[in-house]
Amino acid sequence: MTDESHARPNRWKRFSDWDERPLRLDKFAAEDAANGFAAFKSPFDPKPGFSLAAGVVESMDGIASRDFDMIDFFIARYHLDPEIAPEAMAMPSLEVARMLVDMNVPRTTLVRLARGMTPAKLAEVVGHLSSLEIAFAYSKMRARQTPGNQAHVTNAKDDPLQMAADAATAVAFGFDEIETTMRVARNSWSNAVACAVGAAVGRWGTLFQCSSEEAEELKIGMAGFTSYAETVSVYGTEKSFIDGDDTPWSKAFLAAAYASRGIKMRCTSGAGSELLMGFHDRKSLLYLEARCLCLQRAMGAQGTQNGGIDGAPVTCTVPGGMRELMAENLIAVWLDLECASGNDARATESEIRVGAKILPYLIAGSDLICSGFGSILKYDNSFNASLLNGEELEDYLVLQRDFEADGGLTPVGETRVMELRARAVDAISAVLEELQLAKPTKDMKQSVVAASGSDETRTFSGRDVAMISEAIFARSITVIDVIKALAARGFTEEAENLLKLVRLRVSGDYLQTSAVVRDGRIVSAVNNPNDYQGPGTGYRLTDERRDEIVAIRDVLTRQEVLRVEATFRPAEVTRIAYKPVGPAATTRNEREVVIGISPAFGVKLFQTVAGHPLSAILRVLIAGITEGGGTARVVRMRHTADTSFLGLSAARLAGSGIGIGIQAKGTAVIHQKDRLPHNNLELFSNSPITKLEHYKRMGLNAAAYALGEMPEPVIVPTRGEAMGSRYHARVSLIYAIETEMTSEGAEPEEIDVTFIGAAA
Amino acid sequence: MTGKPLTVADYPLAENRPDVVETKAGKKLDDITLDAVISDRVKLEDLRITDRALRQQAEIATAAGRPTLAANFERGAELVDVPQDVIMRIYELLRPGRASSRQELVAAARELRETYGAEGVAAFIEEAADVYERRSLYKKRF
Repeated sequence: MTDESHARPNRWKRFSDWDERPLRLDKFAAEDAANGFAAFKSPFDPKPGFSLAAGVVESMDGIASRDFDMIDFFIARYHLDPEIAPEAMAMPSLEVARMLVDMNVPRTTLVRLARGMTPAKLAEVVGHLSSLEIAFAYSKMRARQTPGNQAHVTNAKDDPLQMAADAATAVAFGFDEIETTMRVARNSWSNAVACAVGAAVGRWGTLFQCSSEEAEELKIGMAGFTSYAETVSVYGTEKSFIDGDDTPWSKAFLAAAYASRGIKMRCTSGAGSELLMGFHDRKSLLYLEARCLCLQRAMGAQGTQNGGIDGAPVTCTVPGGMRELMAENLIAVWLDLECASGNDARATESEIRVGAKILPYLIAGSDLICSGFGSILKYDNSFNASLLNGEELEDYLVLQRDFEADGGLTPVGETRVMELRARAVDAISAVLEELQLAKPTKDMKQSVVAASGSDETRTFSGRDVAMISEAIFARSITVIDVIKALAARGFTEEAENLLKLVRLRVSGDYLQTSAVVRDGRIVSAVNNPNDYQGPGTGYRLTDERRDEIVAIRDVLTRQEVLRVEATFRPAEVTRIAYKPVGPAATTRNEREVVIGISPAFGVKLFQTVAGHPLSAILRVLIAGITEGGGTARVVRMRHTADTSFLGLSAARLAGSGIGIGIQAKGTAVIHQKDRLPHNNLELFSNSPITKLEHYKRMGLNAAAYALGEMPEPVIVPTRGEAMGSRYHARVSLIYAIETEMTSEGAEPEEIDVTFIGAAA
Repeated sequence: MTGKPLTVADYPLAENRPDVVETKAGKKLDDITLDAVISDRVKLEDLRITDRALRQQAEIATAAGRPTLAANFERGAELVDVPQDVIMRIYELLRPGRASSRQELVAAARELRETYGAEGVAAFIEEAADVYERRSLYKKRF
């Protein structure tokens, strides 16, 4: 090895920086259709095709009816409408794609055409759309006008107390549906009871499901605890269907069974499941999903949980994967299905990819934007972490506010959350006691009410929970027993709420497409259809709903800024006195540096954004000027509050021609009288990170300029903080206080500054 | 009911047409109160959907342009009175490899038709019986 090659770096270090980013934990797969890694197109996908013979489907997507597999048969038999298919299949796909994004073509026209389209045709049409067009078409085509959202409510201990508290919390944040599951299968009954009780706290109408084994889930539903199910999974190839231990007929039978029990039901499918199961038939993800979705409509499901779901992470490893997830959701709503649009499995470690993934859904709206949103912390999510979780819930609330988009959630204040959590824990404890299932202690209850996650709770052991759950099942406890227990212990409102939810079954109204309960009323695609036809139509935020969405916590107001500033005043008046001594004149002192302070400096505002008392700032500035061999004079400007003009005006008054301008918030400039206003000598714009030592050096440098020297400029080091987002709201309010105190033509005023006592 | 099919204007029935909603025992929605639950006048049985309600929802689904959803409600209506264990047994039988021959499914269809009058579901299962045969699903899975 020569010295030269030894010295030559072999890597741009930025790649090492990038290696440390969360993104690099994501792994990406090469596009490889033969092995199932193709989002939109595979050479093995069939071409759209269709023929009828004597009113019966003779071939579909290049397959003759005698060669149909179970899925083909079911789609041809129950999905394809032979009256519409000849017309719909003959339309050029590009033309149909344009209709999807044409606001003048009503949704109903397109829904009708979809009934005559084969899976390959549907996939081909949406393949023509860009991501933006897909999102727009989704917004136009989704079934129910008002958007909603679904939460996961689970915890790592299967603790019924926390389950109830977290269910009540999720309900308060506005979720229309909550879904639980458990770490240990036998805890399903305990989870179901706890979630049902928790979801009855605060308001009624949140639909609830307990995801478990098919037969068990139906039993829990029969006992009245749950109101919907979404675990009826379907697959896009026959082999994966069989491997999933079902057929289209067994699933359709199950769908009818749920209806017969008055339980809302949606199917589940998503890109990547066939890939994960090893039976993708070399087809593109979208084509397989189109088959799944046609099948679901054929079965008579009111809706689908769709958009990758468990397969979302693998789909997102493929080029165009996220676009594909949006495209399959579009096919779902085009087929007139309710869509719980995925955004559940955490498909990436990159927060940027998370935010990018959710945005189109947030602004387009969806029946249930997430299916679901992890309302609990990541480690408590027994489904595995969601795209968004308890950690990020406030980020989501802010996104709603940013885009004035209804993501189905509503901010809730701290006091209200604590009330609801305590009430929920008391309610479930009362039920457990009344039904002689368990006796939670005061300590258990208190630990749960305050806990962010199960790491912080002192509660039931796993064995306790299993015994509670098995007792509920063994004693055939039903929702009626729970309602009675609530009522017996004085939880009348919760008893009423739970009863109202179960009573929905009698009329079955909530079995219709996209049904949720809002303010005690059923809202579905039947009575709240999406009628989007361009600006001014479709879903719009009402003023009331907008007020709810924007009301996040900790928002600044002018009153709050002034109140905080006023609290600094008493201390400042013990440190410094500003005595006006008349109009300021220009002097001939060639060593003089003038410090031009802003109108509110020390009058209404008393510390910089960085938190330095203004007395301390002036003290070090003057000390710096003096140490540097200059003399300092303080002048208050009243004609301007702008940093540049503060500095320039000060410079014009200074015998040396050098001035410092400084605003109360701490932004400062060194200026020279002959320069253009914004062409200063040194600028200290990042006041939040400007330290006293920087102001001291600023004084030194100003003196050096006054003496005709060329000092090293002071650099305030930044680490790239989002300064604007942290401070600009406050800064704007502060600055408005300054500008209000200016008046045009008001003369600069000489100030006699006296420091009292020691420095702050 | 006048016999005229329900339309989307009648929906939701609980709000717009409470007159056509009743439980199997003939109770009205207003009868289902907390007091009635506490005094055992309302039991879990009264909180079940009825075949009539499902057929009403099928009419509404049809009127809303959703024929396949309506068909599912019709199948559901036929299953309302089928006991849970029978439902689960037939569901199990419909899963791949459970039935060892076409006859087992045909027998299940006959049971549904003859015992519960579930004509539509029976035909649906018979159709499955044929397709399963063609797709060789009657083989033992290990």
